[in-house]
Amino acid sequence: MSKTRIVSFACATALVIASLSACRSRSEGTPSTTTTTASKGASPSEGASAQYFPLQSYRVGPYAAGGTGFFGGFIDYLQLVNERDGGVNGVKLVWSECETEYVVERGVECYERLKGGLQGAPPAAMNPLSVGIAYALIDRATADKIPLITINHGRTDSTDGRVFPYVFPLSLNPYSEASAIVNYIGQREGGADRLRGKKIAVLYHGSPYGKETIPIIDLLAKKLGFTATQIEVPHPGSEQQSQWLQIRQNAPDWVILRGWGIMNPVALKTATKVGFPVDHVIGNVWSNSEEDVLPAGPAGVGYTSVTTHPSGRDFDVLKEVDKYVLSRGKGNMQDPGRVGSVYYNLGIVNGILNVEAVRVAQKKFGNKPLTGEQVRWGFEHIAVDDARLRELGAFGLMQPIRLSCSDHEGGGAVRFQKWDGKAWSVVSEWVQSDRALLRPIIESSSLKYAQEKGVPVRDCEAEARL
Amino acid sequence: MILRASLAAAAAVLLAVLPLLVNDYVLSAILVPWLALALAASGQNIVTGYAGQLSVGSAAFMSVGAFAAYDVHLYVPGAPLLVAFAVGGIAAAAAGALFGLPSLRIRGFYLVVSTLAAQFFVEWLFTKVGWFSGNSASGVITAPPLRIAGIDLSSPSGHYWLALGVVAVLTVALRNIVQSRIGRSWMAVRDMETAAIVSGVETRRAKLLAFAVGAFYCGIAGALWAFAYLGTVEPHGFDLDRSFQVLFMAILGGLGRLTGPFLGAAFIVLFPIALDLAGARLGGGSVDPGLLQTLEKIVFGALVIFFLVKQPAGLARLVSASWIQLRRPETSP
Repeated sequence: MSKTRIVSFACATALVIASLSACRSRSEGTPSTTTTTASKGASPSEGASAQYFPLQSYRVGPYAAGGTGFFGGFIDYLQLVNERDGGVNGVKLVWSECETEYVVERGVECYERLKGGLQGAPPAAMNPLSVGIAYALIDRATADKIPLITINHGRTDSTDGRVFPYVFPLSLNPYSEASAIVNYIGQREGGADRLRGKKIAVLYHGSPYGKETIPIIDLLAKKLGFTATQIEVPHPGSEQQSQWLQIRQNAPDWVILRGWGIMNPVALKTATKVGFPVDHVIGNVWSNSEEDVLPAGPAGVGYTSVTTHPSGRDFDVLKEVDKYVLSRGKGNMQDPGRVGSVYYNLGIVNGILNVEAVRVAQKKFGNKPLTGEQVRWGFEHIAVDDARLRELGAFGLMQPIRLSCSDHEGGGAVRFQKWDGKAWSVVSEWVQSDRALLRPIIESSSLKYAQEKGVPVRDCEAEARL
Repeated sequence: MILRASLAAAAAVLLAVLPLLVNDYVLSAILVPWLALALAASGQNIVTGYAGQLSVGSAAFMSVGAFAAYDVHLYVPGAPLLVAFAVGGIAAAAAGALFGLPSLRIRGFYLVVSTLAAQFFVEWLFTKVGWFSGNSASGVITAPPLRIAGIDLSSPSGHYWLALGVVAVLTVALRNIVQSRIGRSWMAVRDMETAAIVSGVETRRAKLLAFAVGAFYCGIAGALWAFAYLGTVEPHGFDLDRSFQVLFMAILGGLGRLTGPFLGAAFIVLFPIALDLAGARLGGGSVDPGLLQTLEKIVFGALVIFFLVKQPAGLARLVSASWIQLRRPETSP
């Protein structure tokens, strides 16, 4: 007995020593405490002249397909900028990863671990790709003055940069997305006025992300005269029999699928099983990837979803990634076949916008590694028009985006794509959301938040004069 | 005895000066969650360790505490932070007593199943009824500004002081409770209920009280978790996984011991991080993070099994036994 006790005691001691040494070396700022991948170009001496991207990624767990694709594309783009241009105006980009498994407290721990920079390179922005983690980081990132990027997702009212100076739901916030989907359904019905009397069911993921659009759908239903039924699917969503039976009973004209991860293929399969026509299921921006439809097999054929960026490799920027990164064996994707997939291309778009923010900020603050506060200024002055998109090799891959102090979304338009069993094909032009309708709702919500939390509201006009 | 007291005093001093020694990462990503979870495990320890009642609803009581404290802040403008915490704890205690009622009739595994109801009911309630989260669209609540008597506690060390203060007071209180008549009645129920009845212990009252006090501790822990650690929480943040996590902390740390929950929480909080860091260091950055994470789960699971098989009385017993052996080397075999 005493022998096992000694072994146990040794284990416990080893644990304490390991943790303490980890903490100590963290205080000294050595790089080995972060799960560093890639960033091969940067030696410690280069660290101080580099710009750092801390990545709270997830490559395991029920949402791994999203995490690997998105962060793979993001890293490949950063690698492209290093390989092709030698960084942004001579400033190398470095990054490191910390696995969150999409769990909020792991994300917070990773944030705290990575926020101090890497080998002296200051962090540019946080990109957690998780609504739960993003919510938990709003206060922290604001206090630490690091931009928090929630591309295509996040807290809708953070679009109002006056109240959320450091949060950026780039390109599409959840309200815009819901509004654009309803507008598209209106188009399919032959005009928005034809929505009156129709029934739309929303099947949403039981998480903050999934619930975010409940009020706006209700509002649109009231305004346009359709009936909305909102049905929750508990996380992770691998069981939906009762929800689809409810849909069958209710017999809606359209179903909006607001899923994430495993929930999406299960929804398509279950729809087929209960006899709901899948071409009347419209997926949202997190139900639009190859990984969502491929596992559904034939059940997914004809399914239509939102996208902010077409999939495929037929864009100049992807050809350059192929030439400078993939063919040199420096790609991040474990499965190179997924290059050009929806999540991968979103990672590329996210990379373009992050790097663009650094580039814009460098024009004001000089070609050197910038603080989070300076990069925030860069994000607020991104103005990507068609000409710039052509320069970036991303024309057709993303919509033009212009951000400002009060508008942290900047886009708000989507296209629709249809799955034919093998690939997505774009079936619509850009469909705009009703941004004029949404803005007052966003502002009333953000001002309520400001009051509740005692947050000062920025005066954007005064800042612009400075 | 003097040695033990001085040791405790040294530990107290160390905990108090920690913010001067360590950086923000250790304070806000390790110590604060450790304190909050240790408090939740203390609540579980009251119910399971001292009173011998099996329960897996601790995360539900944590969420009652967090949401009730948030609602006080939301609907009673200007209410002091500690009052909100207290109300959160009392609301959780009420829920604990309610879901502890079945313990008057059933025991063992059947009781476990009935406490599961608390877990599912509370999660459903907070998801379904928007009032609890101030009708926020996503069902997420955010922490109010943390101030006590005009002192701003919004910095990482402020969060730590808040958590440390609350946990210290409640731990001293628990120490006194378990040494009092109430604590003895809990242990009597735990050790043999029939004998307790025969010797005049009001077992029904003792059990309900254990559920209420245990849930009170969990409720305060939930408020700390939401306000001092994450700064935000959603109903699903307190799911069944969290309940199991708290239960494992209590069991691993050592049931029926004051230090047990602290050791158990340290193990559960620190070990994944330590393995992650060790893996990154050994792999030199060349290993796929996803693979590392999977390996980490395997190692973690194996260690939990090892500790449970070889040290069923928990880490607290291991530490105290080793302490005795170190002090009396001549008596060791």
